[in-house]
Amino acid sequence: MTEALGQLLEQITEKRPDAVARSTIEHGELTVVVAPSVLVGFVEFLRDDPSCQFSTLVDITAVDYPPRDRRFEIVYHLLSMRQNHRVRVKAMLRPSETMPSLVSVHPSANWFEREVFDMFGILFTGHPDLRRILTDYGFRGYPLRKDFPTTGYTEVRYDEELKRVVYEPVSLVQEYRQFDFMSPWEGADHILPDDGKRGGRDGAPPPE
Amino acid sequence: MDGARNFEDARAGEQRIRNFNINFGPQHPAAHGVLRLVLELDGEIVERCDPHIGLLHRGTEKLMESRTYLQNLPYFDRLDYVAPMNQEHAWCLAIERLVGVEVPRRASLIRVLYSEIGRILNHLLNVTTQALDVGALTPPLWGFEEREKLMVFYERACGARLHAAYFRPGGVHQDLPPDLIDDIEAWAHEFPKVLDDIEGLLTENRIFKQRNADIGVVTERDIMNWGFSGVMVRGSGLAWDLRRAQPYECYDEFEFLIPVGKNGDCYDRYLCRVAEMRESTKIVLQSVEKLRAAPGDVLSRGKVTPPSRSDMKTSMEALIHHFKLYTEGFHVPEGEVYAAVEAPKGEFGVYLVADGTNKPYRAKLRAPGFLHLQAMDHISKGHQLADVSAIIGTMDVVFGEIDR
Repeated sequence: MTEALGQLLEQITEKRPDAVARSTIEHGELTVVVAPSVLVGFVEFLRDDPSCQFSTLVDITAVDYPPRDRRFEIVYHLLSMRQNHRVRVKAMLRPSETMPSLVSVHPSANWFEREVFDMFGILFTGHPDLRRILTDYGFRGYPLRKDFPTTGYTEVRYDEELKRVVYEPVSLVQEYRQFDFMSPWEGADHILPDDGKRGGRDGAPPPE
Repeated sequence: MDGARNFEDARAGEQRIRNFNINFGPQHPAAHGVLRLVLELDGEIVERCDPHIGLLHRGTEKLMESRTYLQNLPYFDRLDYVAPMNQEHAWCLAIERLVGVEVPRRASLIRVLYSEIGRILNHLLNVTTQALDVGALTPPLWGFEEREKLMVFYERACGARLHAAYFRPGGVHQDLPPDLIDDIEAWAHEFPKVLDDIEGLLTENRIFKQRNADIGVVTERDIMNWGFSGVMVRGSGLAWDLRRAQPYECYDEFEFLIPVGKNGDCYDRYLCRVAEMRESTKIVLQSVEKLRAAPGDVLSRGKVTPPSRSDMKTSMEALIHHFKLYTEGFHVPEGEVYAAVEAPKGEFGVYLVADGTNKPYRAKLRAPGFLHLQAMDHISKGHQLADVSAIIGTMDVVFGEIDR
């Protein structure tokens, strides 16, 4: 399996040496990293090349890494039913940049790109109909970004007096419980809550 | 309205007809959940179809990022709630591939057994409710009786009829009692007769054929363009099945056929689903046979699975392990993996990005129904309004997995 992928990778890099920036084979899966500008041409090549024949687009998604300069990683999964192999294509993107749309090559990219736009706020140039898809009509914010709180900002309820649905700022009865179960000697970087035995709150010396 | 521009009178004004927009759903019995279609109609012909989805969006992927790997497992039952265990399977496979856990043989066989039961559960629901959408009332009543029996098998294995949480990373939660295996076998011998009965209602039924034959034809070009999988592919004559093409678990040692259609219309997909149920029944019988010959553990013993009950009574380390497993959870080494299974609806995949902690950094759920519904505009264009419900039915959409 890995050998076949190695051969495939060799063929791809031979034919498109300009496109492939980095590549790995891990867990029996081939990953190719390309620049956003060459992505459409590269995926088209993967679709039409007789030894690749990646004619099915399986998935498009993004991963958010806030500390990085190129914050977003757009991940494309492709499948060839004829050759029976898969490839993962990745492109890194700065928050200020836009991604070229893949709809002209794979019509099925349409909803995937809408979803990525909806969840991460990444714009796709050349997309025919870039609307939100999964979130509510009139939703604000990009939920799958790491800086978006899990609880969101607004909540919805039906108002019996107004006889309609109203939106309100989210109010939690108790704090959203984000437990940290990591062992303290295994890299947890927070300070444990003080139990008062070591100096305590008033700074008094520990009881002997 | 050719020629209407050249003259003006009262008749022409009446004849200048505007296309009609209607809302189909979100509350419509044939929408199979909360689907809102905005249909543009020219008379009774569909000109444009714009599905509005997301009415059942629960933010599963966001929620998963703040929970441990084991806590995330039950979310998969709530995706495609018609065949819950098949989804769990993809999650377990993804974790196992990253951690490198070997699943014991008996657990592997149980997984195959319950995946196939899930497939029959799904196809029974789909075939019969699609028949309901095109006007047949009896098939769902008969089909749901069998579904009820299968859900009792779910319940006897894991305690829940629907939200099973039975497949665990490293195996399955508990072993099956011997009498359950006997009962599943007895059911599998009975089931083909029930299938004959349901087929007797539908296969040669004149109304059913008129409503399904030549409706929603899918070509090979469409399959590639729109990323179809599962029965949507096989109905058009391509023998593509992940269980065969990219075998996972122990599917490579089972004997089964992959039924394919010829015309790629709704009727062929119906025939495929019925034939697939028969093949699944064969796999059920084979795995029952193999299960009897393969006693043993159902969980690989290690860091991702709990220690045995008796160990916990005697060993301090086992007790600590149990406590840490169910609070902190296990850690998955850094890496990324895409694990796909042949779910009843098509290719269900999980793209998992792990960062070495006890929670997934990012998990993307790839639902087959999402792509199928996307092609709704393409497939339903030019069909009559009444065919829309037949096409939705044959696409096998369930909003748990599409909206996530």
